[in-house]
Amino acid sequence: MGPHLVPKRVYYTIFAALLVLTVVTVIVAFIDLGPFNNLIAMTIAVAKATLVVLYFMHVRYSGKLTWVFAGAGFVWLIILFVFLLNDYLTREAWSNLLTGHP
Amino acid sequence: MATAVFRPFEHQIADPDEVPKKHYLNAGFSAKSWLLTVDHKRIAILYLITVTLFFLIGGLFAVFVRLELMTPAADLMQSETYNKMFTMHGIMMVFFFLIPAIPAILGNFLVPLMIGARDLAFPRINLLSWYIYMIGGVFTFAAVLFGGVDTGWTFYTPYSSTYSNTNVILAAVGIFITGFSSILTGLNFIVTIHKMRAPGMTWFRMPLFIWAHYATSLIQVLGTPVVAITIVLVGLERLFHIGIFDPAVGGDPLLFQHLFWFYSHPAVYIMVLPAMGVMSELITCFSRKKIFGYEFVAFSSLAIAVISFLVWGHHMFTTGQSIYAGMVFSFLSFLVAIPSAIKVFNWTATLYKGSVSYQAPMLYAIGFIGLFTVGGLTGMFLSTLAVDVHVHDTYFIVAHFHYIMVGGTIMAYLGGLHFWWPKITGRLYPEGWSRFAALVVFVGFNLTFFPQFVLGYLGMPRRYHVYPEEFQVLNVLSSAGATILGVGYLIPLIYFIWSLKSGPRASANPWSATGLEWQTTSPPPTHNFDKTPVVTGDAYDYAKFARENAKAEEATLV
Amino acid sequence: MSEHHPALAHHFEDLDQQFEAAGLGMWAFLVQEILFFGGLFAAYLVYRMSYPEAFIQGSHYLDITLGGVNTAILICSSLTMALAVFYGQQGNRRQLILFLFLTIVLGAAFLGIKAVEYTHKYHEHLIPGPMFHPEEAHPPQMQIFFALYFAMTGMHALHMVIGIGILVFLIYQARQGRYSVEYNSPIEIFGLYWHFVDIVWIFLFPLLYLIGRH
Repeated sequence: MGPHLVPKRVYYTIFAALLVLTVVTVIVAFIDLGPFNNLIAMTIAVAKATLVVLYFMHVRYSGKLTWVFAGAGFVWLIILFVFLLNDYLTREAWSNLLTGHP
Repeated sequence: MATAVFRPFEHQIADPDEVPKKHYLNAGFSAKSWLLTVDHKRIAILYLITVTLFFLIGGLFAVFVRLELMTPAADLMQSETYNKMFTMHGIMMVFFFLIPAIPAILGNFLVPLMIGARDLAFPRINLLSWYIYMIGGVFTFAAVLFGGVDTGWTFYTPYSSTYSNTNVILAAVGIFITGFSSILTGLNFIVTIHKMRAPGMTWFRMPLFIWAHYATSLIQVLGTPVVAITIVLVGLERLFHIGIFDPAVGGDPLLFQHLFWFYSHPAVYIMVLPAMGVMSELITCFSRKKIFGYEFVAFSSLAIAVISFLVWGHHMFTTGQSIYAGMVFSFLSFLVAIPSAIKVFNWTATLYKGSVSYQAPMLYAIGFIGLFTVGGLTGMFLSTLAVDVHVHDTYFIVAHFHYIMVGGTIMAYLGGLHFWWPKITGRLYPEGWSRFAALVVFVGFNLTFFPQFVLGYLGMPRRYHVYPEEFQVLNVLSSAGATILGVGYLIPLIYFIWSLKSGPRASANPWSATGLEWQTTSPPPTHNFDKTPVVTGDAYDYAKFARENAKAEEATLV
Repeated sequence: MSEHHPALAHHFEDLDQQFEAAGLGMWAFLVQEILFFGGLFAAYLVYRMSYPEAFIQGSHYLDITLGGVNTAILICSSLTMALAVFYGQQGNRRQLILFLFLTIVLGAAFLGIKAVEYTHKYHEHLIPGPMFHPEEAHPPQMQIFFALYFAMTGMHALHMVIGIGILVFLIYQARQGRYSVEYNSPIEIFGLYWHFVDIVWIFLFPLLYLIGRH
């Protein structure tokens, strides 16, 4: 037994995909898509990260426990972000609502 | 052949042939065999000694605080000095005592034993954890020696990052380093519990002490790094004025508080969850009964670990976060009380119709139930936005968290230390003195901290050493209580040390307890078990003693 | 008769259990790394939302070419690291050492370019603090952009330096013949760390270099 031996061509394919996605993200940055620029940039980054995690870090071939560990880290990061935004996004709006001041 | 009727606690003193000749304590006497050990049990002893040292240092600062508070005026020390006293009391107690104590001492010693393993998953990382703890301790103690820190253990910006003239960086570096000790211990426990359980030890056959330490370890790994990077940012701000918390360039001091409390609230559960794990072991043994609602207690530990990350803003109700965020945090803070309450109900239900006896471990455990309940209920008051606005930054808060940390965690720590002392050292401590000390601790504790609820509600602010004259009586009561509490802590220190040389030698299972740790000698051999145990039944099978008694009686009748 | 591989630690039953434990241990460590960097990303999130114009202006001072090249370099280094693991699993010592070495070279190149960038920033008076003195008119909050730029890329660079140090150690161990088909887990375990550091940069690049470029 032992770790799964991933064929080299998988690595080369992922490598090429990562480079392509990098070029795409740079090109798209120069095109004005309004609010979608941020979304697309982050989506591409998440896609690249996912490829690295699944194939270079072998999570695709690993047991459920590894998936849970990897996932937990990102979930906790989301918790931090969401609850921070919960404060920062509502500071002015709510105090205006409650005090009646604009 | 069936033996005579079994009575619990009957066989506490070891027969001469029961005393193990070779065990982990006499496996080597050189400094190297201790300082380069990878044996989890020896590492636990290293922690025991050094954690106790930091506890005494933190206690010394408390003495200065309570001494100054005997009088309304500032007649013992200046404001700046007093600020340093409560700051260093907090730092020492939180980071160097409460967070490591139960996990690094009892957890390190017992986790492998309880799951039938030979050691933790990463013994060398375990030793590294201790060295990291010590290095962090040296830095923080250096901060003390070079004139102290006065920011409060909470290091709020911009005072800590810009205006304080004390040794903030030294203390911050010390805490940063020690944080990694906590992370590595948690990492070690998580992998050990997943991968190294003995054959037959399924998740739901594990002692609840293990569930509690697993949940604690989750918090250690997920929370500590955030406070670590936050401390780095404070250091960068202080050294290089990068502006991250400086309102003049748009920095938000509140961001520090968010990032700080993201860890520091779950941290209080790092402090209390292991204590709850100890509780489940003590209550069952001294009621001779299996725990009521095993799965509920197990899952409540996980629930506490998860929900604890969602409530941190309740430390910031009055500091300027949005009212909406306050409401969300308030609601979630009510939620986090539920799993804690479940535990208290289940321990109480375990006592019901149990065969209860009152040795020292049980006295501490029962004390925990009462005092933790008070601490927890007052936490509900504080989760209520309107009440918190009134009592925030008063002695009500101080009383609340001391009821949990001291009335809860320290009581459970002492109970656990007493319970497992025979296993760890192979010696019995004096029963009479231990019960007396437990009562002294209970009385001293309540006298110290109950008046503080009243003081806080009446409006005495925390971190002040000058107060209106009408508060003096309550303050004097509190200081008197602290003296009694100190005596209560001193007594076990003395008889534990005494027992090492002169205590009767303990049998393998002086408490007639269930659990794999009691299936090996007192003290255990270095490799824990002569043969890897195979587990066939649930934890807390105290009923087996009654079953065996019934069989023995049948045999005698024949 | 069970063979007792010299690399098997006494508290494990077999090499499989040891490898699985080591993998889980590294993942647990990476989880804390996610939260460690996560604190910086959280600060970034809050401040970029609060001061979008200041961040756009700050980002324009960064060199997309250098940043893009560095991104490509790190992606290459992840490939060489994955191949090092591949050859390590096959017991091919020569190729293992070659690809570990290539990973070091690429990592060093990355750090070299970062050193160039940091030097530029220094000469342009963009180091946050009392010396912060960009030539153009700018909102004061632009200093926070640079505080985060240096904190995040600096922390990332520190992790790269540590990674290169460990790579040197791995090459040394490989030359001593420590790794084989049966026992090569340290390479794979370290690979997880190296890929993680790459992932951090995958997020840093667009967040720092590509703001408001249209």
